[in-house]
Amino acid sequence: MNANDIVWILIKTIGVVAVFLIHVMFVQLFERKAIAHMQSRMGPMRVGWHGVLQPIADSIKLFFKEDIIPTNSDKPIFFIAPIIGVIAAVSSLAVIPLWEGFSIANLNVGILYILALSSVGAYAVILGGWASNSKYSFLGGLRSSAQVISYEIAMGLSLVGVMMMSGSTNLSDIVSAQAEGRWFVVPQIMGFAIFFIAALAETNRVPFDLPEAETELVSGFATEYSGMRWALFFMAEYAGMFVMSALAVVCFFGGWSGPGFLPPVIWFLMKVYAFIFLYFWIRATLPRYRYDQLMGLGWKIFIPVALANIVLTGLIKILLK
Amino acid sequence: MTTPQLFFAYFAVAMTALSLLIVTRKNPVHSVLCMLGLFIHIAGLYLFLNAEFLAAIQIIVYAGAILVLFLFVIMMLNLRKEETVKKYQAQWPVSAGIGIILAAFLVLILGNITVLPALGEYSIEAIKSEGSMMTVGKVLYTEFLLPFEIASIVLLVAIIGAVVLAKKRTE
Amino acid sequence: MVPLSWYIVLSAVMFSIGVFGFLARRNLLIIFISIELMLNSVNISLVAFSHYLQSMRGQILVFFVITVAAAEAAIGLAILIAYYKNNPTIKVDEINLLKG
Repeated sequence: MNANDIVWILIKTIGVVAVFLIHVMFVQLFERKAIAHMQSRMGPMRVGWHGVLQPIADSIKLFFKEDIIPTNSDKPIFFIAPIIGVIAAVSSLAVIPLWEGFSIANLNVGILYILALSSVGAYAVILGGWASNSKYSFLGGLRSSAQVISYEIAMGLSLVGVMMMSGSTNLSDIVSAQAEGRWFVVPQIMGFAIFFIAALAETNRVPFDLPEAETELVSGFATEYSGMRWALFFMAEYAGMFVMSALAVVCFFGGWSGPGFLPPVIWFLMKVYAFIFLYFWIRATLPRYRYDQLMGLGWKIFIPVALANIVLTGLIKILLK
Repeated sequence: MTTPQLFFAYFAVAMTALSLLIVTRKNPVHSVLCMLGLFIHIAGLYLFLNAEFLAAIQIIVYAGAILVLFLFVIMMLNLRKEETVKKYQAQWPVSAGIGIILAAFLVLILGNITVLPALGEYSIEAIKSEGSMMTVGKVLYTEFLLPFEIASIVLLVAIIGAVVLAKKRTE
Repeated sequence: MVPLSWYIVLSAVMFSIGVFGFLARRNLLIIFISIELMLNSVNISLVAFSHYLQSMRGQILVFFVITVAAAEAAIGLAILIAYYKNNPTIKVDEINLLKG
């Protein structure tokens, strides 16, 4: 590896992260607008034309807000928890292939890398909730730790079917294996359903947003956070949503592939945004699960069904050989 | 020093420091956080050693499952009241002595270990051409099939044992 | 090129730190964490041997060590919780009910 390669990798990394952060900033405007229109409201309208500058105003406000640190909190962990979350979510981007031959790092263990980082991301919520030294935060952290461990298993198992069909864990190879519209969502419909619901649980979104259920826990693990640190948690959640949507698109919906009249990266982004819209739609539609129902669903239904899916995929693969 | 040696030096210093922090922190949550850092460093070291599958497994299983289990138990027991001034047992100087002597022994014995030139078939190129996961899988499902099955039984026993032990007694 | 002995020495030092933690600490949870530390240090040396001998067996052994470590953590923590329910302490020098 010479100096040129290193400079090229640096440029790629900075470019992708910068563009990604702008997307993360504006997706919350998209969310507010989408949910507002579903509820016959207008959403933010004041800042800029139809509120397009609202995210910038919000960021400036959060940046200059007072950073309140609870007296009895565990300070080092309180400081480091949101940073763990953001780093884990943003570094998952490194292996996502945006178009043919373009990903920051073309890892052979791409899927495992993303699963590993999503499990590290869980520490942000658990440690943040614990370090705040408040009952609500603590309950949020405790719920989150159990929820994330349970649903990670189901999510990993649901992707095994994809790995078996493409014969690789490299995300670029998985997309190539779905060339000519042979998307894995058709043969792996069971795996996709489990993956999508487990991804909702992993990113703490409605209907599984129990760690931050505002009607019972104020704001869950983030209750004691304010200003910039709260914004980091917020960013980590939305970045996680992007990464999970991108993983769903790559593993089940053919990644960047699409009819030739649009460039591949546009197809990729359109598919990702369709998933993100689905997240918002679910948030505007469904009520929250009860906690014991959530755990029962994960352990008693998803894990057995995901295992059955693996066996079935293997059988069909042998029979078709 | 060459670049790989510099990288190794960083990893060695960081990992030793993190290990020391793990065993000397009063608060178990701080220990767990240091352990998380240590696991990430170990995964990095595995990447140097051409074992990317194990690096991913290290993070997924150790950091994602085992360490979260520790955190979960620490939180469930709610040990804030238990944090006392004394964190070591009475015999800790002896333990420190044993640790230092053991380290000195091992370093003296293993300090200049080298391998025999009779090398196996899995060279860096061979693993690269097939991918780390494929190579591990092939060996695991042919040569080590029986141990693999036994490992699954060990895990089953662990699941049942944990449920039986931690469940409430109803009489 | 990093010589093999460096990895083995690093592994030995980490193992000794784990032994110290196992013998000296009062908190049962940190004793468990020290066990995990010792297992991990052994894993480093196994992977290093596997790389330098160009054999796969070291990596396979690490795979099994991780499996057993997971089982051990689950059982160990379950025993700890079962004990804590009867007698709320996790200081090993206060766990002395069987002492005559």
